[in-house]
Amino acid sequence: MDEALLRSLTPNVLGILVRRGADFAAAEDAVQEALIEALRVWPADPPRDPKGWLVTVSWRKFLDATRADAARRRREDAGELVAEPAPEPVPAVDDTLQLYFLCAHPSLSPSAAVALTLRAVGGLTTRQIAQAYLVPEATMGQRISRAKRTVSGVRFDQPGDVATVLRVLYLVFNEGYSGDVDLAAEAIRLTRGLAAAIDHPEVAGLLALMLLHHARRAGRTTPDGGLVPLAEQDRGRWDTAMIAEGVGILQAALARDRLGEFQAQAAIAALHADAPTAEETDWVQIVEWYDELVRLTDSPVVLLNRAVAVGEADGPRAGLAALAALDDSLPRHAAVAAYLHERDGDLAAAARLYVEAASKAPNLAECEYLTRQAARLNNR
Amino acid sequence: MAKYLLLKHYRGAPAAVNDVPMAEWTPEEISAHVKYMDDFAARLEETGEFVDSQALSPVGTFVRYDGEGRPPVTDGPFAETKDLIAGWMVIDVDTYDRAIELAGELSAAPGAGGKPIHEWLELRPFYGSAPTITE
Repeated sequence: MDEALLRSLTPNVLGILVRRGADFAAAEDAVQEALIEALRVWPADPPRDPKGWLVTVSWRKFLDATRADAARRRREDAGELVAEPAPEPVPAVDDTLQLYFLCAHPSLSPSAAVALTLRAVGGLTTRQIAQAYLVPEATMGQRISRAKRTVSGVRFDQPGDVATVLRVLYLVFNEGYSGDVDLAAEAIRLTRGLAAAIDHPEVAGLLALMLLHHARRAGRTTPDGGLVPLAEQDRGRWDTAMIAEGVGILQAALARDRLGEFQAQAAIAALHADAPTAEETDWVQIVEWYDELVRLTDSPVVLLNRAVAVGEADGPRAGLAALAALDDSLPRHAAVAAYLHERDGDLAAAARLYVEAASKAPNLAECEYLTRQAARLNNR
Repeated sequence: MAKYLLLKHYRGAPAAVNDVPMAEWTPEEISAHVKYMDDFAARLEETGEFVDSQALSPVGTFVRYDGEGRPPVTDGPFAETKDLIAGWMVIDVDTYDRAIELAGELSAAPGAGGKPIHEWLELRPFYGSAPTITE
C-alpha cells in the first residue's frame, strides 16, 4: 500500500471538511480516524479513488462524532450539520497553505506546532509521531489536543507568516531519524508541499538546504551509528541527483535577489557538496557566506561555525582569533577549540579540550565521537 | 515478570577493576565497547526482556522550590558531584537471578586493552503492582 500517497492526501481532505463547515479540531480528528482505518483496510482492499474514499469516510466519521455529541447534549438541533453537503469548489492549494499556517501558528509552542503539523498536514498517526519523538502515545495525543484547542479561535482563512512555518519544518528535519518514521524525509516532503503552495525564495532555500544535507546522509555515519565528519566522508556515497536538485532550486531562488538565512545556509551546504574532495572545498567563499549569515541572523552559533571556516580559509591561528571573541559557554565551543588547537599543532591542549567537549556534548553520538578524538591524540 | 533498573555511574560506584578513563583507550577499544553495549541491548530485545535504555549527559543541576513568587533556587551545574548517573537500562525478567546474570554480563563490557571493565552496576528492583489475588 502507498502510505506516502495516503499521507499526501491528508491536508486536501482536511481542507474539504473544513470548507463543508466542520470546525478544524473535529475535522482533524475525523481525518485521523479515517487514516487509521485506511491503514487497516487498504492493504487488502485498495480503493479505486483513494481521495474520494478518504473524503467519504472522514465525513462519515465527522458526522458520527457530531451526532454522538448532539445526542449527549440531548438532541440539540444538529440538523443542518447532518444534511448532506452540496458539492464544493475545491481550491486545494489554498486550503493546504492555510493548514501549514494554522499548524505553525505563533501561539503554539515549537513542540506543539511540530506535532500538529506532522499529524494534520503530514498525515502521520499519533502513534507514529509518538514513536518518532520517543514519548508515550497518550502524551503525544494530549500534546496534539492541546495544540488544537490553542488554535481553535484562529480563523482558517487568514494569511499567516511563512517564516513560522519554515522554522517548524526546519525543526522536524533537524530531529533526524530515530523511529520507524523518517522525520528528515517527512520534512522534505512537507517542504515540497509548501513550495508547491507558495512561491517564496526562503521556502526554496529551506528545501534546497534539506536536500543538500539529506544527500550526504549515507556518508555521515558508520555502520554502527558513529559520526563521520564532513572531511572524512566517502563522497562517492553522496546522492548526486539529490545534490543537483538542491543546487538547481537554490540557484533559482538566489537569482531572485531576496536573500534570507535558509538560502545562505543552503549556499554553504552547496559549496561543500560541490567539492570533489575535502581539500578542494572553497573555504574563502564559505566564509563570505557566513558573513552574510551573520548579517542576516546575528546568531552566536553562526559566528562559531564561521570561526571553523576561517580556520580553514586563513589557517588555525586566524580561526582561534575569531573564536577568542566568542563566549566559551556556547554549545560546541570546546569542540571547535579542540579542533583548531589540533590543527595548530598543540595536541595536548586539543586532547584536553576534546574531553571537555565530550562532557558537554548534546547527544551520545557526538560524545562518543569527541571521546574518540581525545583517545586518538592520547594514543599517539 | 519483574522490572529492574541497571544503573551505570560516572562516579559514586566502587572503582572498577579495569578503571581507565575512556579518553585514554584506543579508538578501536571505544568501538568495541560501543558494539558490545549495542549487541547486549539487541539480544535482550530478541529475548523479550528489554524495556528501555538511556544515556545521560554528565552536566547536572540541582533545583529546589524557594517559596511563593520566587524563582527556583539552582545549584550547579556541577563537574564534581560525588554520585553521578551515566545512564540506565530497564529490563523485564522472570527472576532476580536472571537480573543478576544480565548485570554481570553488562559489567563485562570491554574497556582499555580490550579487557572487561568489571564496572560496578547498581541493580534496583521496581516496585511491582499489587497482586489481584492476595490470599
